[in-house]
Amino acid sequence: MPEIKVTPLGAGQDVGRSCILVSIGGKNIMLDCGMHMGYNDDRRFPDFSYITQNGRLTEFLDCVIISHFHLDHCGALPYMSEMVGYDGPIYMTHPTKAICPILLEDFRKITVDKKGETNFFTAQMIKDCMKKVVPLNLHQTVQVDEELEIKAYYAGHVLGAAMVQIKVGLESVVYTGDYNMTPDRHLGAAWIDKCRPDILISESTYATTIRDSKRCRERDFLKKVHETVERGGKVLIPVFALGRAQELCILLETFWERMNLKAPIYFSTGLTEKANNYYKLFITWTNQKIRKTFVQRNMFEFKHIKAFDRSYADNPGPMVVFATPGMLHAGQSLHIFKKWAGNEKNMVIMPGYCVQGTVGHKILNGQKKLEMEGRSTLDVKLQVEYMSFSAHADAKGIMQLIRMAEPRNMLLVHGEAKKMEFLKDKIEQEFNISCFMPANGETTTIVTNPNVPVDISLNLLKREMALGGPLPDSKRPRTMRGTLIMKDNSLRLVSPEQALKELGLSEHQLRFTCRVQLHDSHSDSETLGRIYTYLKSALKNYGVQHLPDGTVIVESIVIKVTSSPEEPNLKVILLSWSYQDEELGSFLSTLLKKGLPS
Amino acid sequence: MKLYCLSGHPTLPCNVLKFKSTTIMLDCGLDITASLYFLPLPLVHSPRLSKLPGWVSKDGAVNLEKELKECSGRVFVDSQPEFCLPERELLDLSTIDVILISNYHCMMALPYITENTGFTGTVYATEPTLQIGRLLMEELVAFMERVPKAHTATCWKNKDIQKLLPAPLKDVVDVCSWRRCYSMLEVNSALSKVQLVGYSQKVELFGAVQVSPLSSGYSLGSSNWIIQSHYEKVSYVSGSSLLTTHPQPMDQSSLKNSDVLILTGLTQIPTANPDGMLGEFCSNLSMTIRAGGNVLVPCYSSGVIYDLLECLYQFMDSANLGNTPFYFISPVANSSLEFSQIFAEWLCQNKQSKVYLPEPPFPHAELIQTNKLKHYPSIHGDFSSEFRQPCVVFTGHPSLRFGDVVHFMELWGKSSLNTIIFTEPDFSYLEALAPYQPLAMKCVYCPIDTRLNFHQVSKLLKEIQPLHVVCPEPYTQPPPAQPHRTDLMLELQPAPMAYRRCSVLGLPFRRRYERIHLLPELAKSLVLSEMKTGVSVATVSAVLHSKDNKHVLQPVVKPAPVPPSKKRKRVTEDPPEVLDPKPLLTGAVPLEPFLALLHKNGIMEVKVEETSGGHILHLQAEDVLIQLEEEGTHIICDHNESLRTALRDLVLRFLHKL
Repeated sequence: MPEIKVTPLGAGQDVGRSCILVSIGGKNIMLDCGMHMGYNDDRRFPDFSYITQNGRLTEFLDCVIISHFHLDHCGALPYMSEMVGYDGPIYMTHPTKAICPILLEDFRKITVDKKGETNFFTAQMIKDCMKKVVPLNLHQTVQVDEELEIKAYYAGHVLGAAMVQIKVGLESVVYTGDYNMTPDRHLGAAWIDKCRPDILISESTYATTIRDSKRCRERDFLKKVHETVERGGKVLIPVFALGRAQELCILLETFWERMNLKAPIYFSTGLTEKANNYYKLFITWTNQKIRKTFVQRNMFEFKHIKAFDRSYADNPGPMVVFATPGMLHAGQSLHIFKKWAGNEKNMVIMPGYCVQGTVGHKILNGQKKLEMEGRSTLDVKLQVEYMSFSAHADAKGIMQLIRMAEPRNMLLVHGEAKKMEFLKDKIEQEFNISCFMPANGETTTIVTNPNVPVDISLNLLKREMALGGPLPDSKRPRTMRGTLIMKDNSLRLVSPEQALKELGLSEHQLRFTCRVQLHDSHSDSETLGRIYTYLKSALKNYGVQHLPDGTVIVESIVIKVTSSPEEPNLKVILLSWSYQDEELGSFLSTLLKKGLPS
Repeated sequence: MKLYCLSGHPTLPCNVLKFKSTTIMLDCGLDITASLYFLPLPLVHSPRLSKLPGWVSKDGAVNLEKELKECSGRVFVDSQPEFCLPERELLDLSTIDVILISNYHCMMALPYITENTGFTGTVYATEPTLQIGRLLMEELVAFMERVPKAHTATCWKNKDIQKLLPAPLKDVVDVCSWRRCYSMLEVNSALSKVQLVGYSQKVELFGAVQVSPLSSGYSLGSSNWIIQSHYEKVSYVSGSSLLTTHPQPMDQSSLKNSDVLILTGLTQIPTANPDGMLGEFCSNLSMTIRAGGNVLVPCYSSGVIYDLLECLYQFMDSANLGNTPFYFISPVANSSLEFSQIFAEWLCQNKQSKVYLPEPPFPHAELIQTNKLKHYPSIHGDFSSEFRQPCVVFTGHPSLRFGDVVHFMELWGKSSLNTIIFTEPDFSYLEALAPYQPLAMKCVYCPIDTRLNFHQVSKLLKEIQPLHVVCPEPYTQPPPAQPHRTDLMLELQPAPMAYRRCSVLGLPFRRRYERIHLLPELAKSLVLSEMKTGVSVATVSAVLHSKDNKHVLQPVVKPAPVPPSKKRKRVTEDPPEVLDPKPLLTGAVPLEPFLALLHKNGIMEVKVEETSGGHILHLQAEDVLIQLEEEGTHIICDHNESLRTALRDLVLRFLHKL
């Protein structure tokens, strides 16, 4: 029985280090290869020893697909391909291919150069890894090999984020990566066609949240920034260099312009201009409005937002600073945070999700004292605000996607177990499909039961469609008869006559003859006439004919009447039928044995 | 399967393919050469053009001085230029289900097809094709609307009058189908019907046919199309290139195994090598600039111009002419340059990798930044105050009948210092220049047509081996001007099927199979038996369900037995339901094993009689005759129905069912 197996190595009932193995039609695919921001030890990367204890992964995987450039989806890629060992194809969209190595290098620098970790991938490994990448275009059907094909759909979330459909024969799986069902200021909404996958593997970060309208959240955000700046405070917005940052920049830029505000806005890293350049060059991946107007005004050329220098952090007066990384776990954002945390006039706005263990996660949970390196503690006096700007689908969005794709089964990853549980119940109730939520290392197996494709002879199909009429009668469905010929791995359905011909066989005629005697004082032909009248009324659904040569034909059954000159009243009714009319022949002989009605 | 040919123009095709139950239009090119019969539309008042004498026939019988003007020794129509449309009478355009566009040059007639014709279908095109196609249409409309003409000439088209006109006007065919340019409203409405597709995307049409665009290597987003069902494959090749210019390389391998290949859009200048032309272009350019003259390049706003700018940029620097300004003047110049930079996915590898840095894929971004290339929407406004000479001007339209180029012809034509270099192959340059004669300016013809030449195409066809090739008639004979050049035509076995405008071709297809799906329950219930080595058969009884051209076979559901009703006791006398046909039987009943089987079933007394065809068995106790022959078995049994069925089943044991 064909089946599909799904095993998360990461992101099973968890957020972080997304890595999901799928076995479908004899093919093995790795979906995403991320790292976990909350750990600094082995748990940082997915446990690839699950795939094989010793040696390289190449022979165990047919391909690797990366959904988008966030490190929790691609951060373990160089480790996997260069240190564990994988030489097969790695698929990602063009923007992901462009941006992912930059983030990986950034991450490497923080880990190795700043924290001094060894046994980590090198800059050269990132380059070698990227050489294995094959770019994917949206909606293009990529043939990985003869049987395995993949297709990318727009996912929103960040620039270049994609959902992927994996198909082998008639079986298919869709993996959403991270996605967003509502368009935002720079990206469009995720979209997929009614592809009816056997399994839809969806993220569920906001499984229990139904977020209020985007507009309200934006107004809230602007109000908080505005108020803080007005009272002379500083606003820190930890972001990732690419993604939310651009959306918030567009938001603040237009607000500053409209309100004619003077407080400076800075963007912390050298990446800024480069990042914005990516957006300009990949403008086809942004939303409708930006794409339409980009010739007149490119939304990613900011007037009010300037590059940040470390020394500015100590400048007096209000300012807004976007700084990386987004979870306050290292780098410049953490550095600025430490400087500003002590002043209650200041504010930090966390615009995205923070994984456990990060400073971001701690302060969002209301922690007021933070233990820092070197046993020092930091008092958190500044205001901490959380604004869900991270572009994940909320519960409503997830349900919407299910409605779009109409999967046969649902599988949740990239979320917290408790929230998943809630969503799983909801999905099973509303859509009446099974929903799974495997933990890391746990395998979900789904039996697929696909249809069997067959080549039907056009003659047979046309004949059948003509006989069956345009609309099948559900009460009396027509049964079609054909012969399936299996030869050289091909399956063909032809009419039995054609099958005989093709196989060089001749038909074997099986016939039956039955003589029934009855007394009737009429002449032979009159008796035959009576038989005809009788059968005509008894067999309403059959073709009954009285032929001039002295026979009655019912379908293909021949009926004749004879008598001997000696006994003209003793009639012998001769019935002859072939095997094809067996039931009817049997019925008629039994019927006529009972005599004719007077 | 039929092909309706609505255009005979080899590079501006418009064909309609009827395939299974779908009607698919392949491209809708607009033939703009008709505009060559019209007077140029000057942007600035031209004393020369406004004082031309009207035309009156020699005997004075026909007076069309309002409509026709004599200019440079020829007669031109004084009206807004018109275009030759694809044939609109050959089939009902409202029956077209989809239109597949292969590149932006081949969609210019779209509004004439989709607007006011009852068309309700969908147009498929790639994103660059749509966006740049839109720009070219906008440009065309702007060129026309900027210079409105008060009168429209119509009298000259009257058949009786036309034959009295001087050549070439009297010889023009189909003038009645010529139309003026569409409006922006019609463009927007037509383009709103476009659905975007990516290369190798599989698009299902009504469940019956699958279409898929493939990179054709000719221009940004240009595509060939595969139109196929499970068993038949038609390839549509239109405007393809194997040269390494900016677009993604041509996908050749996906064209393999085609039953029919429709071949259009080969190079229009088979004798000119694009690289050689480029060299000639450069040397003429530097000569003119060094002598203090200006260079005018009439061109389309997208396409080869991107490569030209890139090549010239390098050339000018190396020739020490780096300070010569380049001007690109078109209502869509800015948009075209901007759009070219955002389609990285559609570019060749080399340009694609620049985006990863991130840098713009085309160097014209740098040219603009360093002020070496300036673009203006028209000669009015900033351009007139900013331009300095000598310079190079790229501007449209290449027909020289409308657009800013008309102004430069009037301005620079009188000086022999200046040079006009033709690069677009769509128009005869002599025809284009006709209304400007006599000219002092130097004219250079360097047509750059990167599309496949005959040598490349025959090599390609050898590689992909289509069963049949369909092509426009001109490809099946040498060029009229060079009748001895048999290398400039398609020579194939079997000979290609040629079409001309208004041809209707029956394509050689015999459809024999269709895809059907067996539900797993049905498939599981089938019993395969081996008939020969490697060949197994199973009889299938199933219910056919057809929906949206998809066919599924389901198991037969036996109707629940009717509960015995008290009213009708004579249930047994009801005739059997109209039953499904029985399987065919094959094989033979061998005598000895059959006798043994009868014996085993308690039938002992059997008298066997040999006949010419086999044997007759007389079951004496039962008074039954069984005739056993190679091709058939006949059971004659009068009284005992249960015996008859038992014998039947014994016979069936020896036979195969089909």
